[in-house]
Amino acid sequence: MKYLYYPGCSLRSTGRAYEESLLSVLKVLDIPFEELNDWNCCGATSYVSIDETDAFALAARNLALAELQSPDGTINLIAPCSACFLVLLKTERYLESYPDVREKINSTLDKAGLHYHGRVNVRHPLDVFVNDYGLENITKRVKYPLKGLKVASYYGCQMVRPFKTFDHSHYPETMDRLVNALGAEPVDWPLKTRCCGGSLTGTIQEAGLRLNRLLLKEAEKRGADIMLTCCPLCQHNLECYQERINRKFDEKIDMPIAFFTQLMGVALGLSEKELGMQRLFKMPSLNQITHPKGEMVNAW
Amino acid sequence: MHGNGYNGTVRIGFYICHCGHNIASIVDVKAVAEYIKSLSGVVVSSEYKYMCSDPGQELIQKDIKEHSLNRIIVASCSPLLHEHTFRTAVEKGGLNPYYFQMVNIRENVSWVHTDMKAATEKAKDLARAAVQRVFHHKSLETKHVKIHPDVLIVGGGIAGIHAALTLANAGKKVYLVERDPTIGGHMAMFDKTFPTLDCAACILTPKMSQVKNHPNITLWTYSEVAKVDGYVGNYKISVRRKPRYIIEGLCVGCMDCIEKCVYKEGKTPDEFNLGLSKRKPIYIPFPQATPQIVVIDPETCIEFKSGRCKKTCVEACDRKAIDFQQKEEIKEIEVGTIILTTGYQPFDASRVPFYGYGKYPNVYTSLEVERLVNASGPTGGELILRDGRHPKTVGIIHCVGSRDKNTNRWCSRTCCMYSLKLAHLLKEHTDAEVYNFYIDIRAAGKSYEEFYDKLLDENVHFIRGRVAEVSDWAVRPSEEGKLIIRAEDTLIGIVRRVPVDMVVLAVGMEPQADSQDVRRMFNISCSTEGFFLERHPKLAPVDTFTDGIFIAGCCQGPKDIPDSVAQAGAAAAQALILIDSGEIELEPNTAYVVQEECSGCRTCLTICPFTAISRDEAKQKAFINEALCKGCGTCVAACPSGAIKQNLFEDEMIFSEIDGLLKMESPACC
Amino acid sequence: MPTVEQPKENSWEPRIIAFFCNWCTYTAADLAGVSRLRYAPNARIIRVMCSGRVDPQFILDAFSKGADGVLIGGCHPGDCHYMEGNYKALRRMQLLKRMMKDMGIEEKRFRLEWISASEGERVKTVINEMTDQVRALGPLGLPKKFAEWDKELESLEHEVNGKRDTIHA
Repeated sequence: MKYLYYPGCSLRSTGRAYEESLLSVLKVLDIPFEELNDWNCCGATSYVSIDETDAFALAARNLALAELQSPDGTINLIAPCSACFLVLLKTERYLESYPDVREKINSTLDKAGLHYHGRVNVRHPLDVFVNDYGLENITKRVKYPLKGLKVASYYGCQMVRPFKTFDHSHYPETMDRLVNALGAEPVDWPLKTRCCGGSLTGTIQEAGLRLNRLLLKEAEKRGADIMLTCCPLCQHNLECYQERINRKFDEKIDMPIAFFTQLMGVALGLSEKELGMQRLFKMPSLNQITHPKGEMVNAW
Repeated sequence: MHGNGYNGTVRIGFYICHCGHNIASIVDVKAVAEYIKSLSGVVVSSEYKYMCSDPGQELIQKDIKEHSLNRIIVASCSPLLHEHTFRTAVEKGGLNPYYFQMVNIRENVSWVHTDMKAATEKAKDLARAAVQRVFHHKSLETKHVKIHPDVLIVGGGIAGIHAALTLANAGKKVYLVERDPTIGGHMAMFDKTFPTLDCAACILTPKMSQVKNHPNITLWTYSEVAKVDGYVGNYKISVRRKPRYIIEGLCVGCMDCIEKCVYKEGKTPDEFNLGLSKRKPIYIPFPQATPQIVVIDPETCIEFKSGRCKKTCVEACDRKAIDFQQKEEIKEIEVGTIILTTGYQPFDASRVPFYGYGKYPNVYTSLEVERLVNASGPTGGELILRDGRHPKTVGIIHCVGSRDKNTNRWCSRTCCMYSLKLAHLLKEHTDAEVYNFYIDIRAAGKSYEEFYDKLLDENVHFIRGRVAEVSDWAVRPSEEGKLIIRAEDTLIGIVRRVPVDMVVLAVGMEPQADSQDVRRMFNISCSTEGFFLERHPKLAPVDTFTDGIFIAGCCQGPKDIPDSVAQAGAAAAQALILIDSGEIELEPNTAYVVQEECSGCRTCLTICPFTAISRDEAKQKAFINEALCKGCGTCVAACPSGAIKQNLFEDEMIFSEIDGLLKMESPACC
Repeated sequence: MPTVEQPKENSWEPRIIAFFCNWCTYTAADLAGVSRLRYAPNARIIRVMCSGRVDPQFILDAFSKGADGVLIGGCHPGDCHYMEGNYKALRRMQLLKRMMKDMGIEEKRFRLEWISASEGERVKTVINEMTDQVRALGPLGLPKKFAEWDKELESLEHEVNGKRDTIHA
């Protein structure tokens, strides 16, 4: 099965480390994929809140393009960014459930010579790795089991809500299972799907920082060495504001925040460069804890 | 091909019912009546406000006499509702009841359509089909079937117990089959009952021993119905009696064997205490278990696992009641009626992972708490948490797995009241602060609201809001080591964090896991949720669509003890009606072979699931045993020579219905 | 959201004959009524005791007399009130489907559905879907076609007879 890959804007800007690591992992696992030609912005959460129909049309263009690129059968379209994943999924579901919406959107797409027939399955890479490729197969490919590393998996809000696709809406476990398969130890914590602050960090920073702090503090308290995310915005929020939070709330938080694909890559034996490690602000500490017992020095 | 051959002159009376506004507001009944009047054979065509009322029925009877009518059609509601009413009316009018035909223009027309024109057209089509159909109706004789007086009751909870005692006291012989080693069901696990706070065991156990000792009741515990054959009045049942490895007639329930078991301590989670205590491989579910007979669990017994046990239990039993060789036994019985009282299963709380059941030891289900506060429970009634502490604060979360699109949409009806009861008991046992998190308090029942008032006076806290999560996420020092319940208090519009020592999940009721298998076995239906479907939600609440099979208690839907008992009584009364009348009328819709046309090809023989068809080898013709035929008509459709016919559903009748429905040629169509 | 279209003045509306078994689908239709579900008024229900009673001739007869679609509703597999009548129906209808294809009756004009007594909602969905599908296919108009074919045959006969006459002459 060949996947189509929709990068989305974030993975070409703040989330470059996500794209680099994701593509490297897909390659090393021999999962075939190709990038969606001429893709456009998904509209993110902001456009939907202004005009739903326009936003659907914008997102649906990507779905129609996917059908153009893959003429037969069901198409698995990987959308790594949580916002892209949600917006595309929402569009897919609405177009599926409401013929009048589909008709309206298609009449718009038709003008651009496009048409959406309903063959696209929007997939999150976490779902693809765990449920398509399989945890057992991943374990088989692990070169450097991450023994002793305590990982707090952070799913954020959009990947599991409002649509429940491959995991529980309030208590997801897929990333924890993946962490286990990589040989590391998942930390059980209750804030897996709590909001990271989203765009509040840029607008009402006080509120954004407070939300951020709750997550970081709790992960630290539960003994996590590292937090994993599956969303560029979550990663950015959690990583970039730690200094500010420490100053403002008199804390001493120092938590590396990585994309789950980066940790996968480390365990699979990929290089720092291949995984975009240099793009993380907290890389050195990550380097230290990825081999807490000195077992993995050769991997770097 | 299938012409309108009929005997004598057909004189049809057609009546269309307004059903108040139910029909008349959507179907132009006047127009339909006028149209039908124009059809050949129709002598009378009238409309009336309520055809099912006495004056409506009398109208038919009067017309039969005055106009010498010999076919009657009523267009009103579903035949499943009133066909019998009108057939009886027709019969009273001096006509064979099977000259009657009903047209469903309420459930099939006025209640499902909004456009008056289209609905009226449809009503006309359906009525015309009936007019053409009745030309082929014949005079038939109602079949009567004798009712075997014995009754099978499946499930020995409070509903089954009550139904069994009611029937047995009326002098009927009852078989009560229960799959667990004891009767008592969920009620036996409860501590007290709301709103009177009667001790559940005190009111239940006398009834349990009455069941055991009643001369008219055959009690088979640790048994399951394996096969159901036959039909109303004549059911043949196979009951599988699982081996309990104890000779029932010899065991007196002294429990010496349990004490002497090589296991000094129990190692297996005790089912009756929901795993809060351990039992041995040889055990009795609870002190008042009925019958008082021990049972050996072969899964955990060393003798069964290795064959090398010292068998101290055998030594201990001076009545030689232990029999490791005991085999499963199949009992064949014949009964006339069946009452299903198979109960419910509690909602599995781990399906709501954010409430932490199974993850945080101090999160309990309501049923577990019933055992915890019970004097004969695992802690002797002392409320000790799984981590050994006594709770100082308790949160009770209502509607777990109920009123929720993600799990079950229905209200389980009992949780509000038992939560109030548990709040009272927890306060009584521990003097803890008790918080109830509820959506609505549903206290509809005699003395229920008063009980709620009483709880308010007992200073139990009520927070209106669905709980978002239970976690150990402490953000203040005072919250460390506690379970934090987060919920929106919708009455004051804030999000609350309530730290507690113990969480009680008020789990709802679900159909039994095997309810689908059971309903298949008994050939009844389930409603969407999976509870057994009653024949009519208001007027036949304990009947099913299968004659002679009744339902009562929570297998039909969530209900409390008083309602279960009331339904059980009702089901027993329904069975008594059949038994005491001695026979039941059956639809004469059986199939028969027109001998001259039968080619003896044997096609029908294999098709009949009831082996009602045999072949007369001398005549080389098929023959249908009317007593065995159930009237499905499958053989009729299969017969290559068209030699099999079905009363009430003759080919001609159906062809003429098709004709009637389509004959009106709409100009745009043809 | 599927919409229930009301028939418009003078526009063609599909006519669907539905055979529903007494125990499951007919009861489900009653439930749809009691629940006041709204669905297209195009289907006319004939009650039979079991879907196994539905003779393939009934279906062909309905089509030949002007039905645009035929729907059969029975109990779910394993749920038949008469044990296995619905299986018999299924087997027959699969064969019939093949025949109908050869007769030029589109597949979507004929549908066999398992609808249990509790699935009132399903009755609505199936009737609405089928009405939409058959409406999209347009009228089957077999009676009219029969008349045309009869005419064609007649004229052919005339022609043949005429030729025969000429030859004989």
